[in-house]
Amino acid sequence: MIDNYYAERTAQAIFTVFAVASLSFGLIRLMPGGPIDFIRAQMIQEQGTDADMERVNSMVESYTNVRPDDPLYIQYVDYMTELIQGDMGVSMWYNEPVSGILAEALPWTVFVMAISLALTFAIGITLGAVMAYIEGSRFDVSTTLVSVFLNSIPYYVMAVLLVYLLGYQLSWFPTGGRFSSDVTIGMNLEFLANAFHHAFLPIVSIVVTGFGIQALAMRGNSIRVLGEDYIRVARLRGLPPHDIALRYVGRNAILPMYTGMMISIGFLFGGSVILEEIFTYPGIGYYMFRGIESRDYPLMMGAFLLITVAVVIGIYVADLTYGKIDPRAGTGGGDREAY
Amino acid sequence: MSRSERYQMTIEEWVVAPIQIIWSDWRARVGLFIILLYILMGTVGVWLVEPSQTAEGPRLLAPFQNWEFPLGTDTQGNDLFAQIVHATPPMLEMIVSGAVFATVMATLVGTFSGYKGGSVDRLLMTVTDILMTIPGLPLTIVLAVILQPRDPWVVGIILTINAWAGLARAIRSQVLTFREEDFVEASRLMGISTSTILLKDILPGLMPYILVNFVNSARTVIFSSVGLYFLGILPFTQANWGVMMNFAYNSGGALYTLSAIHWLLAPMITIVILSFGLILFAQGTDRLFNPQVRARHTSGPDIEADEEDMNVETEIRGSQ
Repeated sequence: MIDNYYAERTAQAIFTVFAVASLSFGLIRLMPGGPIDFIRAQMIQEQGTDADMERVNSMVESYTNVRPDDPLYIQYVDYMTELIQGDMGVSMWYNEPVSGILAEALPWTVFVMAISLALTFAIGITLGAVMAYIEGSRFDVSTTLVSVFLNSIPYYVMAVLLVYLLGYQLSWFPTGGRFSSDVTIGMNLEFLANAFHHAFLPIVSIVVTGFGIQALAMRGNSIRVLGEDYIRVARLRGLPPHDIALRYVGRNAILPMYTGMMISIGFLFGGSVILEEIFTYPGIGYYMFRGIESRDYPLMMGAFLLITVAVVIGIYVADLTYGKIDPRAGTGGGDREAY
Repeated sequence: MSRSERYQMTIEEWVVAPIQIIWSDWRARVGLFIILLYILMGTVGVWLVEPSQTAEGPRLLAPFQNWEFPLGTDTQGNDLFAQIVHATPPMLEMIVSGAVFATVMATLVGTFSGYKGGSVDRLLMTVTDILMTIPGLPLTIVLAVILQPRDPWVVGIILTINAWAGLARAIRSQVLTFREEDFVEASRLMGISTSTILLKDILPGLMPYILVNFVNSARTVIFSSVGLYFLGILPFTQANWGVMMNFAYNSGGALYTLSAIHWLLAPMITIVILSFGLILFAQGTDRLFNPQVRARHTSGPDIEADEEDMNVETEIRGSQ
């Protein structure tokens, strides 16, 4: 049964990537006024009205991997084969292969987002558990209010405020870039500290606006678990409170948080487009925004695809570990009667 | 039971009781108040406050100095308060279209898939899972760049283009628990059609859940639309708080000087308050989920239940 679960998840992850790649082909090719028309119009404009269509088509092909005068299914097969080989076309703005630009940017986005995700959930879960244990206390009520308030601030608003206050006004933190130009790149302490210094504000804007909702979710879960009969039984059996808190309450309250975490993965990587633009942090979202700004469709679609793939992998990993810690995953549900 | 009695009971169950429950929670009360304030601003406010005009006041007037321009002015001498008020109607349209789209899609897919089961369920859930995995914001951005939507109603739908997927899954799992209930089983054995069972037996139980998620989709629409207007990804065809932020940020130089910061802060605070109201409301209405709280508020025909109902009233007050 468990083997089945893994196989199903793996198949689904692969199929999702395939579906998104097909979708991006559809968007590139089929939409009226889409990228191909745009490139063609630009070429014709540059070379006068009697532009050689053959040349236009091959230019379009070299940028987007799709040759407009081929039949549709051949275009599709071409596009997909190029993608599998890691070729996402050529950026029209940077005049470099898209995959090269993005491969260099992706680790930085993962760096910022992984730390943000870990901190958001660590703070949220701890705070939520404490709130649930002293439910109704003044600490609980005020923390609930603060959590709701912080959660109603969009992360980009927090980002703009932080960059204004701590970046431009007080100059405590850099207002852009991944690391200073004067440090040597490598696994030395100075470089790491410098990279953290640059990533600090983006991470803070995500964590501060994000932990509240997780804390409230954890609080709700814990309160529900605390009311369950098996907790009462555990207490009557005289189990140490520490064991009950961790093994019984903690474990059962944290399991439903997994769904929230998977949603957060998509939310964070998606949000990188706005966040990295505000902090001029050259990660993958930053390049997607550059692609939009300069109508550089290959770069934009490449970034879109890669962000999606990153999210699919993130959710896939989360799914697999979920199967490890929740023995119920992948067992129930399949044998229901169909009406 | 006569027809009018039945209607009365329906109203009692689906209108009076929820309002009582919502009103008994301070969070929902405050949230509702804030939401109503914004609806008033977008409907009546537009009539009361004149649209801002260029150079109607001094340039970069600070807020709370001159009550003709309560929130101050921008570099063009435009009244910021008027700009905020007049950006509300398109915002409300976007919220309504996006939240309605997401909720209706999710409810349709979720209930149908959950109730039907079998291969229909598997197919629908595979599609849902794929849509759920695609990060919403980049997908919205790609669609916005290619389609260049101008109509607020269309923008709303693009913003929630895959936001319904997660909700559909949640609704499906709710339906799965309902579907094994005796009264649903009974209806099915009586040969009542699937659509009727879904509509009459299953949907009513999901209503509170759907309401909370309607509010959450509304927040998604606000966050993404303002963000995308702020970045200039959506075309500036109408007034929007995000457009104001964009101007303050890019042309106003609000990042570098203190004299323009109110231009940036005014739309930001507007968004935060609305979103605060929506979250409070959603948190407060969570109680609607609780069938015990519900049952206490729906007065039955016998006196015993009425007595209990009164007890609960005091119980709820006491717990505040």
